[in-house]
Amino acid sequence: MSAGAGAVIGAVVAGAAARARAEPTTHKREAVLRVYRGDKDGGKEVEYRVPVEPGMVVLDAIHWIQAHQAPDLAVRWNCKAAKCGSCSAEVNGKPALMCKSRMDHMPAGEPISVRPMKTFPIVRDLVTDVSWNYAVNKRIPPFKPREGAEWKWQQSDIERVQEFRKCIECFLCQDVCHVLRAHELKTQFAGPRFFVRIAGLEMHPIDGEDRTGFLKDHGGIGLCNITKCCTEVCPENITITDNAIIPLKERVVDRFYDPMLGVLRKLFGRRA
Amino acid sequence: MSDKYEVHEHDVLVIGAGGAGLRAAIEASAAGVSVGLVCKSLLGKAHTVMAEGGIAAALAHVDPQDGWQTHFKDTMKGGSFLNHWRMAQIHAQEAPDRVRELEQWGALFDRTPDGRILQRAFGGHTWKRLAHVGDRTGLEMIRTLQDRGVHQGLEVYMECTITRLLVDGGRIAGAVGYWRESGRFVVFRAKAVVIATGGVGKAYKVTSNSWEYTGDGQALAYEAGAELIDMEFVQFHPTGMVWPPGVMGLLVTEGVRGEGGILRNSAGERFMWKYLPEARRHEYAENEQEAREWLDASVANRQTQARRPPELSTRDNVSRAIYTEVKEGRGTPHGGAFLDISYLPAERVMKKLPSMYHQFLELADVDITKQPMEVGPTTHYIMGGLRVDPDTAAATVPGLYAAGEAAAGLHGANRLGGNSLSDLVVFGRRAGAAAAAYAKSAAAPRASDAEIEAEARAMLEPFERASGENPFTVHQALEDCMDRLVGIYRVERDLTHALEELEKLKARAANVKVEGTRMFNPGWHLARDLANLLTVSEAITRSALLRKESRGAHSRLDHTAMDPALGNVNFRAKKSMTGMNVEPTPLPTMPAELKALFDAAPAPQPAGKAS
Repeated sequence: MSAGAGAVIGAVVAGAAARARAEPTTHKREAVLRVYRGDKDGGKEVEYRVPVEPGMVVLDAIHWIQAHQAPDLAVRWNCKAAKCGSCSAEVNGKPALMCKSRMDHMPAGEPISVRPMKTFPIVRDLVTDVSWNYAVNKRIPPFKPREGAEWKWQQSDIERVQEFRKCIECFLCQDVCHVLRAHELKTQFAGPRFFVRIAGLEMHPIDGEDRTGFLKDHGGIGLCNITKCCTEVCPENITITDNAIIPLKERVVDRFYDPMLGVLRKLFGRRA
Repeated sequence: MSDKYEVHEHDVLVIGAGGAGLRAAIEASAAGVSVGLVCKSLLGKAHTVMAEGGIAAALAHVDPQDGWQTHFKDTMKGGSFLNHWRMAQIHAQEAPDRVRELEQWGALFDRTPDGRILQRAFGGHTWKRLAHVGDRTGLEMIRTLQDRGVHQGLEVYMECTITRLLVDGGRIAGAVGYWRESGRFVVFRAKAVVIATGGVGKAYKVTSNSWEYTGDGQALAYEAGAELIDMEFVQFHPTGMVWPPGVMGLLVTEGVRGEGGILRNSAGERFMWKYLPEARRHEYAENEQEAREWLDASVANRQTQARRPPELSTRDNVSRAIYTEVKEGRGTPHGGAFLDISYLPAERVMKKLPSMYHQFLELADVDITKQPMEVGPTTHYIMGGLRVDPDTAAATVPGLYAAGEAAAGLHGANRLGGNSLSDLVVFGRRAGAAAAAYAKSAAAPRASDAEIEAEARAMLEPFERASGENPFTVHQALEDCMDRLVGIYRVERDLTHALEELEKLKARAANVKVEGTRMFNPGWHLARDLANLLTVSEAITRSALLRKESRGAHSRLDHTAMDPALGNVNFRAKKSMTGMNVEPTPLPTMPAELKALFDAAPAPQPAGKAS
C-alpha cells in the first residue's frame, strides 16, 4: 500500500511511532485488567491481558480490550483529557477518571481492577445511571442577576467562583461521599457536586437569589460532616469542602440557627 | 405500526447538545414551541467542552480599534474569501451581543483591570478579540447554556443516537433513533429539525475529536436530500499532542501561542518566520525583539507599536509549517515541533493555561513551566457541512436547519480560532428562532410507518449475520485510509486511490457482525456510525479531488497555487440516483459596500498601530 504523498499526518505519526519503537522498551509490558462485566442482575470481574504502551492510561487499556477482545464492553468516554468528566470509574477501588489513571502509576505486576461507580445504579459494565444528578441540578434555583447591577467586577472578585466553575461533572465526589454511597440518602442530600454549583451561584458577584432555604430543606447540607473525601477525589482539584461546603454551611447557620451555640452544634454536633 | 416504538412529539427537535444545539433549543423554547434536545452523550459532555482558547467577538475591550468590520475582514481573509459573506457579516455583527448574553446568563469571563470582559490574541485576528476563561472557555460556555436550558424546561433526551431523519413529501417529519442504554428504538415526530451534531474528526486516526464526531448530521441530512458544501476543507490544528501514543492528537490550545508560546524545530530555530505568506508578512513582528515587545505589552495590558509574533499565523499555515519541518528532518524526538512557553514566569503560565499545565504534567510527564511541549498537526474541525441560508440557518430541505460545525459557509476555506464558539451561539440562536417560526406555521407532517420499520430492521442486521468483521477493525482501516491519503497535503493519485479504498470499506462496513446484546453496546453503536463516517469521507475526498488548487486548509501537491476561477465556487455534494454527485456551485457575490471595506482600508493594521 502506498505511503501516500499527501499523508502528512500519517508521516508525522509514522515518524513518531518509529521513534517510540526505538526508545528503551524496558517499560513495555503486559498488564492484567480485571474489568467488571455485568448489569443490574449481577456480574463479575473478567480478566483481560493488555499490551502496555508508554504513557498509557486505563481508558486506553479499556479501548484496547474493546477493539480486540470485547467490542460490547460498555464504557462512557469523550475527551480523553480530563475535561469532560465522562470516564469516571473505580480503579483499584478508588474513584478516578480512567483517562487520568496512568498504567505506569499502578503497582507493577499486580492486576488492575476497574469497576463502575458504586453509588449509582449499574446500567452495564462500567456504565452507571447518573440521571439522579441531573434531576437534582434541575431543582436548584437558577442564576438571577440583581436588578440594576453593573456588569463590572474585578478578576479577584471571581477567582473563587471560577474555581467552582472548573467542575467537569464527573460525579466522582458524589460517588465517594458516604452520605450518598453508604447511607444512600439521595432523596435528602444534593451532594458535593451541587454544593459546588450552588456556591458558584451564591458567590457570583451579580447574583441576587437566595438559596439558603434550598440548601437546608432540600440540599440537606447539614448531613455533610466535612470528611473531605470529595475534595480528595476531585480531578479538577476544587477544594470542595473548605471553599464551597463550609461557607455554605455558615450561610445556612447564620440564617436559621443563630445564636452561636446553634452554629457550633450544627457544624461539630453529634455526627462529628 | 410505529405504536410499537416509544414516540415523542415536539414542534422542534434539536439533534446535538453542544453550544449550537443548546443555543438553538433555548431560542426555540423561548419562542413558545415544544422543543426536544437529543444528544449521544450525557448533557454537558459535547465537544464544546474541549474548546479552550476563547470566543471571538469584537467587544473592543482591550484593543479599542476593533469593530465588526475588522472581525468580518479577518474571517474572510482567514477563509481565503470562500466564506459566505453574509454569514461572516452576521457573525461579526452579532458575536458581541451573544458574549454579553452568556455573561447575563451567568458565565464568568476573565476580566480587564477596569472590570470588563478580557480578550486575548489569537491566530489571524488583527486585534485581541477572544473573550476567555483561562483555557477552559468551552466548559464555561456549555455549562452556562446547559443550566439556562434546563431551567427553561427543555426536554433533554440523553444518550440517544439518531440514525435517520424522517421525511414526508419532501419536508422534514422527525427522526428515528435508539437509546444507547437499552438499544430500544425511539421515534421523534417533529415539524422542524435542527442539526447541531458537530464534526467528522473520527474519520481520521490522529484527531482532537471524541467518539461522537462521526459526521452524523451531515450524513443524515445528505440521506434526506440536503446539500453539503466545502467538504474538502478539513482543519488540521497545528498543535496536537504527539506523545504518548494514547493521547496523540489531543488538542493543545492555540491559547498557548496567544499567550506567547514559541515554535522551534530540533535545531532550536524559530521557524515560523520562514512560512509567513508574503502577502501578510507585514502583519507580523519582524524579529524576536519585536515579538517579545508585543508579548510584554500584552502581559502588561498596554498598547504597543509592536506587531504580533509569527506563531499567530493562521492554523492552515502553521500546520503546514510544522509538517514541513518534521518531514525535512527537523522534528522533535516524537515527530513534532517544540512549543515553548517555559520562558514566561511559571505563575503566569499556570494562571493563563491551567488545563494545559495539568494535561502535560499528568499525561506526558512534561512540566510546561520548565520544558517545551512537543506538538504536531491533528484533525480538528471541518469547515464544510450543510449548506444553509445565512439569515435563517435553513438547510436545503424544508423544515431542516443546521448550526455550528455541522453547517458550512461562515469559515470558508479555513476557520480562525475563536470563531467557532461565536459561530455556535450566533447561528444556534438564529437556527432555533427560524425553526420555531417554521414549526408554528407548518401543518403536522406524518412520516410513514414503513420508513420507521425499515430503519429498525436495518439497524438489527449486524446482530443477525452469521459472520462478519469487527466494526472496530473496519473503523481503523477507514482512519488509516483518510490519514494516509486525504491528509494535510493531497495529490490526485492518492485521492483517486482513497475513493477506491472507500468503496471497499463501504462493502466491509455493510457486513460487520456485532456480538452481545443491544444494551449499551459500543460495537453496535460504531457499526451504525461507520456508515455516516463513510458518507462524509467520500464527500471530503470527492470535493478534494475536484478542487485542483491549494486554498486555505486544502493543499494540493499537484496544484500548489490558488486558482482565481475556483475562488468563485463551492463544491456541493448531493445524493443522486447514481450515488454521490459533487459539482461546483457559484459563490454568492459580496455586495459593494462590504467589498469597499477591503478596498478602502490600508493594509491591515498590526496590533496597536492604529491611531
